[in-house]
Amino acid sequence: MTVLEVKDLRKSFGSNAVLKGVSFTLDKGEVLSIIGSSGGGKTTLLRCLNSLEFAEEGTITVNGEVMFDGADKSKHKEKDIRLKRLHFGLVFQQFNLFPQYTAKENIMLAPKLMGNESKEQIEQQTDALLERVGLSDKADYYPCMLSGGQQQRVAIARALAMKPDILCFDEPTSALDPELTGEVLKVIKGLKDSDTTMIVVTHEMGFAQNVSDKVIFMAKGVIEEMGTPEEVFEHPKSEVTKAFLANATE
Amino acid sequence: MDFSTITSDLLSGFLENLKLFGLTLAFSLPLGLLLSFCSMSKIPPIRWLAKTFVWIIRGTPLMLQLFIVFFVPGIVFDAPLKTRFTAALIAFVINYSAYFSEIYRGGIESIPVGQHEAGMVLGMTRKQIFFKVVLMQVVKKIIPPMSNEIITLVKDTSLARVIAVAEIIMVADRFTARGMIWPLFYTGVFFLLFNGILTLLFGAIEKKLDYYKV
Repeated sequence: MTVLEVKDLRKSFGSNAVLKGVSFTLDKGEVLSIIGSSGGGKTTLLRCLNSLEFAEEGTITVNGEVMFDGADKSKHKEKDIRLKRLHFGLVFQQFNLFPQYTAKENIMLAPKLMGNESKEQIEQQTDALLERVGLSDKADYYPCMLSGGQQQRVAIARALAMKPDILCFDEPTSALDPELTGEVLKVIKGLKDSDTTMIVVTHEMGFAQNVSDKVIFMAKGVIEEMGTPEEVFEHPKSEVTKAFLANATE
Repeated sequence: MDFSTITSDLLSGFLENLKLFGLTLAFSLPLGLLLSFCSMSKIPPIRWLAKTFVWIIRGTPLMLQLFIVFFVPGIVFDAPLKTRFTAALIAFVINYSAYFSEIYRGGIESIPVGQHEAGMVLGMTRKQIFFKVVLMQVVKKIIPPMSNEIITLVKDTSLARVIAVAEIIMVADRFTARGMIWPLFYTGVFFLLFNGILTLLFGAIEKKLDYYKV
C-alpha cells in the first residue's frame, strides 16, 4: 500500500535550483535511505515533506490525501500546515531537544499540548517509548546530562509520540562521535522491525545498504539512481552514482 | 537633628525611590516584551516604528525625558500632569521599556532556529512554541543583562529629583542646605544595601536555573 507519493517536486532558493523534479513513492513499512553528497537536495527534500520549506511545483500525497500541491497558489494557512505536518515526524541532525525539560517531558510536551489523550495515556505511552529506545532509566535526566547518542534516541521517541505516518531522519548520526552512531542506528533498525515507515537521509553507507528496502541516490537536485540496495550499491547504472560510491565506500 | 531622625527622613525619601523602582519594573517588563515583538515584526512599518522609538529613547538622556514628560503636556495641551511622581513614572517606564526590549530581542534571537523547527514538526502552534519552548530559554539567557539593567534602574530613580520628586538625594540635599554634608554621602548606604539584596536575589535565580543548559 502506497503511503507517500511525491511527484515532480521543484524548489529553488533564489536562482539556485535545489530540487529539479523529484518523484518517488513509498509503501507502508518501507525504509527509504537517501544518500548523496552535501548540497544534493536531500535535506531540502525532507524539509519540504515536513512543511518547513515549500516547493514551487509538484505534489506530495500521503495516504491518498494531497498534502501539498504547487499548482494551488492560495496561501498556506498556519493551522492547515500544522495538521499536515503531523503526518510526518522529523528527527534532526542536531537533536534539538528542549533543554529545560527532562527526557520524559520532552516526549510528553507535544501530545499534552495537542490534548487528544488523557494524561495517564500519554504517560503510559511515553514510558513505552522510552523503553523502546532503551532509556527508561534516563527518564528524568535533562538533555545536558545525556550523551549525544542518548539525546538522539530521546529525539526519536519524541517524534514517535506524535504517531506520524512517516518518520524522517535528517542525518541522524552525523553530529555523533563514531562510537555513538551504533546505538542510534540500532534503534532505527528496531523501528523497521515494528513496521514504521521511514525516510533516512544518511551518510552511513553500511546502514543504507543493510537496513533499507529502497535507496535513492540524489545529486544536484535530481534522483540519479533509485532501487533496492542491491541495485544501487552493487549494480549502479549511472556514472555519477558509481563515482560517488567509489569515493564513499573507500 | 540626630542620626536616627535623619535616617528616618532619608528612609522615607528612599521609599519614594523604591516605589518608582517597583512600579517602573511592573510596567516596563511586559511593555518591553511587547516592544521587542514589534521590533522583530514581519510588518516593516511596525518594525521601523519600534526601532525609531528605541533609537530616540536610548539616544537621549533620561534626565531630558523627565523634563519633557513633565513640562510638555502643560505647554502643548494646557493639561499639566497631576503629580510629579506620575510624570517621573511615565518617563521611567518609557525609557526602561526601550532598554528591556533590546535585551529581550537579543535573548529571543539567540535561541537556535532548530528549537522553533522542533516545535513546528511536533505540530505546536506559534504561541505554544514561544511560551512552552522558547520563553524559559530566553529567561535564562537574559538574567545577567537584566540584573545589570535593573540595578542601574535602582540608582537612576534618584534622577527624579530634577522634577522635584522627593526622593532620597533630594531629601539629603535639604540637610546640605543647612550645612550638613554627611547625610548626602550617607544615602549611598541605602543604595548599596538594596542593590546588595538584589544581587543576592539574581544570584539565587541564576543558580536555580542551573539545572539546564541553553
